[in-house]
Amino acid sequence: MSILVNRDTRVICQGITGKVGEFHTRGCLDYGTRMVGGVTPGKGGETVAGLPVFDTVAEARDATGANATMIFVPPAFAADAILEAVGAGIELVIAITEGIPVMDMARVMPVVRDSASRLIGPNCPGVITPAECKIGIMPGYIHAPGHVGVMSRSGTLTYEAVWQLTQLGHGQSTCVGLGGDPLVGSSFIDILALFEADPDTHAILMMGEIGGSAEEEAAEYVKHHVTKPVAAFIAGRTAPPGKRMGHAGAIISGGKGTAEAKLAALAEAGIEIAESPADMGAALVRAVERRV
Amino acid sequence: MKIHEYQAKDLLRAAGVPVLAGTVARSPDEAAAAFTTLGTPVCAVKAQIHAGGRGKGKVKGSEQRGVELAKSAADARRIAEGLLGKTLVTIQTGSDGQIVRQVFVESGCAIDRELYCAVLVDRRAGSPVLIASTAGGMDIEEVAAKTPDLILTEPFDADRGLAGWQARLLASKLKLPTASWRHAESFFRALCRAFVDLDASLVEVNPLVLTKDGGLVALDAKMTFDDNALFRHKNVAALRDEAEEEPAEIRAAAAGLSYVKLDGTIGCLVNGAGLAMSTMDLVKLHGGQPANFLDVGGGADVKAVTEAFRIILSDPNVKAILVNIFGGIMRCTTIATALVEASQTVGFTVPLVVRLEGTEVEEGKKILAASGTSIILADGLTDAAKKVVAAARA
Repeated sequence: MSILVNRDTRVICQGITGKVGEFHTRGCLDYGTRMVGGVTPGKGGETVAGLPVFDTVAEARDATGANATMIFVPPAFAADAILEAVGAGIELVIAITEGIPVMDMARVMPVVRDSASRLIGPNCPGVITPAECKIGIMPGYIHAPGHVGVMSRSGTLTYEAVWQLTQLGHGQSTCVGLGGDPLVGSSFIDILALFEADPDTHAILMMGEIGGSAEEEAAEYVKHHVTKPVAAFIAGRTAPPGKRMGHAGAIISGGKGTAEAKLAALAEAGIEIAESPADMGAALVRAVERRV
Repeated sequence: MKIHEYQAKDLLRAAGVPVLAGTVARSPDEAAAAFTTLGTPVCAVKAQIHAGGRGKGKVKGSEQRGVELAKSAADARRIAEGLLGKTLVTIQTGSDGQIVRQVFVESGCAIDRELYCAVLVDRRAGSPVLIASTAGGMDIEEVAAKTPDLILTEPFDADRGLAGWQARLLASKLKLPTASWRHAESFFRALCRAFVDLDASLVEVNPLVLTKDGGLVALDAKMTFDDNALFRHKNVAALRDEAEEEPAEIRAAAAGLSYVKLDGTIGCLVNGAGLAMSTMDLVKLHGGQPANFLDVGGGADVKAVTEAFRIILSDPNVKAILVNIFGGIMRCTTIATALVEASQTVGFTVPLVVRLEGTEVEEGKKILAASGTSIILADGLTDAAKKVVAAARA
């Protein structure tokens, strides 16, 4: 088992006729993902990477039975693409697009909340269940099937952590990129709940970063609701206040969102802390061994 | 993106938020003329820089504060003289301070009470939120830490805006006289509307003033904007004051790079924001100080990487450079080729430590080895950090 995606997940790509959308659709197909089609308004009837292109998500869903979508639509139109997927009843909506205006997401959030859809992202690498289904832009080969659930606000940092795990002989159940924006569809808490309920996930590794309070909320949740071993790393200990560190969400403002506060909250919840980014995989091993 | 107080007040005035009359001045003469034109008995002369804490901040080498009251045109001229072209140091500027290039001459008002309000996006609620407090004019972070009960919050829907009843609820909790509630309703709703319509990331009014005649007015105003939404606000984008920004950061943005200048000696070039932050942390953990944050992004080409090296090398403090790439979609061969080309066109004057991992890593290392470029290769993160810290000290 795994969370969110598996070998039966049927995936479409919104923005499939764009250069990036097509490139990553091919990457997912190569990995073995069941890609079943794509959507670009006005390009219905075309074929990309051997897949049928539809004008609307509703048509694509009806024709292919898709239950997941990955979105590569440009930032100015991406919020609308998310709303279209939710409106068409797609269960899992994964928004890869970086640079969506925050106010657009503020309009999307209540619609998603009142729907049966789950949104992952935006500004995220996607979701992968190794050897079964890859939806997104992560390099497939660094992953191995196994029992560690991985979740993160950052892309390449996740690759780093996954690579360390794989080299240490710890495969992954599912890896989830939450996204680096201030407003994202799923939080650490949402994914923690799924990992906790998944019998195939035996331990959890999370990578947070400065800004906001999602890590503190996750720590509180772990303390009360998670029985599995958890390890964590927080990026941005050296980041100065008031400066946006690449991600729109990674900013220390008003004395809030510092790495110190997050690390203290995580440690207080009994979470094993990786002191260095070179120590993420090892921290997960320590968290597991502590329980034995 | 940040803007100046006088620019924020222009935007707020246009949005129906009450602000006082004022004029921006770029010379002492202009400041004196502004005082005369405004025609009020007292004016505030306020330094305009992209940093807060001006009222308590001081000009380097003098007792001149960043905000002072003028009771005559001569006063206004003297204060402006003390500020313009001088370096103002506030709690937010760091010890280097910032040069004052313009002052805002603003008419005074009769203050009954000072309050606080701000609008921002609440990540947890997933919506914009209006924050208000009776503790106006003070350091709001300190208020939030010591007396959280004094901080009032009202989340609101971006499309519907703040409801009238929410504004009245706040007015009541702020203990405003009932005669002022209609002013509060109008003020708060206009402020929230402006926040949404302009795609702001922060609007802060500190202090928000209850005047003797029962009105509300924004005595100070700070606005920052969502960079990702500037494409649909040409009027706001035009308010950018590049003189207030780090030149290297402007240059990096033009090349599609995300760069933040820091004070250390080790330049960092990394793909991905989270890994870039972690690389800085790693350098510090091993006793070094990062000179910058630099994320080249996932789709960087030779040209962008070359520009990244130029920007890092333009910082005279840099004693060594650490390149940390985890190839995913970005192939190590692409980065290696770019490194070699950059070294030939830019010319490295400091040691370069390279850590490559991920897609096509072996081929990438071969390209580097074959090029004869003087590069210190590292295996893994810890090795890379140790080597670059040692190189910077040599």
